[in-house]
Amino acid sequence: MSTARPLDGRVDEPLLEVDDLRTYFDTPRGVVKAVDGVSLRVDRGKTLGIVGESGSGKTVLSRSIMNLLPKNNTIREGSVRFEGRELTTMKNKEMRTIWGAELAMILQDPMTSLNPVTKIGEQITESLGIHLGEKGKTARAHAVELLKSVGIPAAERRLGEYPHQLSGGMRQRVTIAIALACGPKLLVADEPTTALDVTVQRQILDLLESQQHQRNMGLIIITHDLGVVAGRADEIAVMYAGRIVERAPTKELFARNRHPYTEGLLRSIPRLHQPSHTRLQAIPGRPPELIDPPAGCRFAPRCNYAQDKCLTETPLLAPHAAGHEAACHFPVGTTAGQEALERNLAAGRTAAGTPLDSTLIATAGAA
Amino acid sequence: MAGSGTAHLRDSDDIVLRVEGLVVEFPLERGQKVHAVSGISFDIAKGETLGLVGESGCGKSTTGRAIMQAPRPTGGKILFDDKDLSGLSADELRRSRTKLQMIYQDPISSLNPRRRVKDIVAEGLSIWEGKGSDDPRVAELLAAVGLDPDRAGTRRPHELSGGQCQRVSIARSLIMRPEVLICDEPVSALDVSVQAQILNLLEDLKEEYNLTMVFIAHDLAVVKNISDRVAVMYLGKICEVAPSDTLYAHPAHPYTAALLASIPEPDPEATHTDAGLKGELPSPVNPPSGCRFRTRCPRAAERCELEEPQMREVAGGQYVACHFPLVGDQASEGGRHAAGATAVSA
Repeated sequence: MSTARPLDGRVDEPLLEVDDLRTYFDTPRGVVKAVDGVSLRVDRGKTLGIVGESGSGKTVLSRSIMNLLPKNNTIREGSVRFEGRELTTMKNKEMRTIWGAELAMILQDPMTSLNPVTKIGEQITESLGIHLGEKGKTARAHAVELLKSVGIPAAERRLGEYPHQLSGGMRQRVTIAIALACGPKLLVADEPTTALDVTVQRQILDLLESQQHQRNMGLIIITHDLGVVAGRADEIAVMYAGRIVERAPTKELFARNRHPYTEGLLRSIPRLHQPSHTRLQAIPGRPPELIDPPAGCRFAPRCNYAQDKCLTETPLLAPHAAGHEAACHFPVGTTAGQEALERNLAAGRTAAGTPLDSTLIATAGAA
Repeated sequence: MAGSGTAHLRDSDDIVLRVEGLVVEFPLERGQKVHAVSGISFDIAKGETLGLVGESGCGKSTTGRAIMQAPRPTGGKILFDDKDLSGLSADELRRSRTKLQMIYQDPISSLNPRRRVKDIVAEGLSIWEGKGSDDPRVAELLAAVGLDPDRAGTRRPHELSGGQCQRVSIARSLIMRPEVLICDEPVSALDVSVQAQILNLLEDLKEEYNLTMVFIAHDLAVVKNISDRVAVMYLGKICEVAPSDTLYAHPAHPYTAALLASIPEPDPEATHTDAGLKGELPSPVNPPSGCRFRTRCPRAAERCELEEPQMREVAGGQYVACHFPLVGDQASEGGRHAAGATAVSA
């Protein structure tokens, strides 16, 4: 890597490039493989949605990208390049010039990510002072402008208030204002709306979208809710047990999902257009322990398509269409997948021994 | 949405639970109070599932707890088995509660961490019948909720996942064979794949145990899936009550419509055409006069400030508390008044 790189990086260079990132935690119970070989990229002005359930490793992945994990019990391999600069080997001192200035984050719970004993104005102007050298009236005026841009009414007055004086939605707007203060190139939003009501969630997602367009900022939205990213992300990566199991442009993912886990997630969500009392197709069982994950495909014990091969051989991400990859030996919507499902239906159980409810799958196929 | 009135109450023999003019207020300092629930009424027929839906602060959980008399409501009647629960003595209430059970949002903290699963489930039996955890009904119920009685029965809550803990809560609530089960956000803390398992389980158990359910949740898609009828709440009032499919196909209250429009559908082709709801929930300490939704309502006119709308039927079984509901001629009339801000006196 050349040291004399231009400040903004090359145009064709991805904003963020994560390559085979592994993040393990050494615990008394064993090594937790929270992130186990994840690769992804985010371009300027684009939105990547990372979807997964609790324990899928999506939050650890975001912390690992941000270099925010404790050093003493964390084992990290692979690389995270931000505008070509390798972050995994950077010391905290170097990271401090990047955190907030170029790479910012917002978290799920705005009450705990704001300092409860510091006025909102101080919390916003802190990073303005550190990264941009703004002080006093300049910083204050900038803070008011930021609060206005995130839709906070009576911005001047809010500067003198404490977080507890604001509602949850207003607090999340403040954390967004803080994150945007120094004009970051990439914003990582970890479950930004999970703690909020549905009408407020809509407001916050709209706000993130408009700010992103204005600033041509890269955005990673991490969520458990496919609905949150469906209309907003350019690309979606689905995580399961520490790995990306499927990645595709958003429309492609919803229209032609290839991984049985993605299919299962989409089918288990109650939909408004279905009549009430529609039977949901739950995914049986629960996610595996990350200390001693099952051999082969980690989803196999819960998968309708599982064959003997899935129990021993780990599937790798394989291309299905432009920008669409899935890690499955018997992908949904392919002949191999259909045959695997039929074999399991005939046997009444999968190779992993999970019983199949044939009536449900038959109706699903028809629908 | 200031919905008062009782036009939507049904006069039928198979009504199991009837709530009339329920008021719950919590005192604050200087004589102020939080108007958590302000005069709501609804009824539930035998075998029916009523969904109570609304955003945080709308009073839906308070309503659930007020039915259980925990704490006792400030005013109104809760008629269950022809008895007004709010008039019962503590001892009578304890007996009634065996027929009226509740499950909560956080499955782990609602279970005693120091007790074994089978003892948690058997608690009702040990109180009322002096039976222990070896009673066959305990194993039968654990199996019914999808847990292995031999393996899970001797575990403690921390050894189980959230979904399994919620199964234990459900088993515990059913051991005394209740008639009514109140579920307060039972799947909100669970992952989507597990959420579907629990929703399916509740549907199955409802059939098997002849349950009548009140299902409280903020997720409209979940509520629609499990409910026969849905009541939408806003700031301590009911705005609209309707059969589930009707409510979602033709919302009559502007708030119901706004809520539905805010739901992120897991479908990239779905388009959000109209703007979402603006502003924030007013304080329940000092709620707006007239219709409580008027401060955020796109159709609000002067009449909404002066006069509280009463529940009235707009279609078969669909009741709405709004001066300008989104139906037929009324809709266009309401829109005109809203646009011109014309004063409409009663």
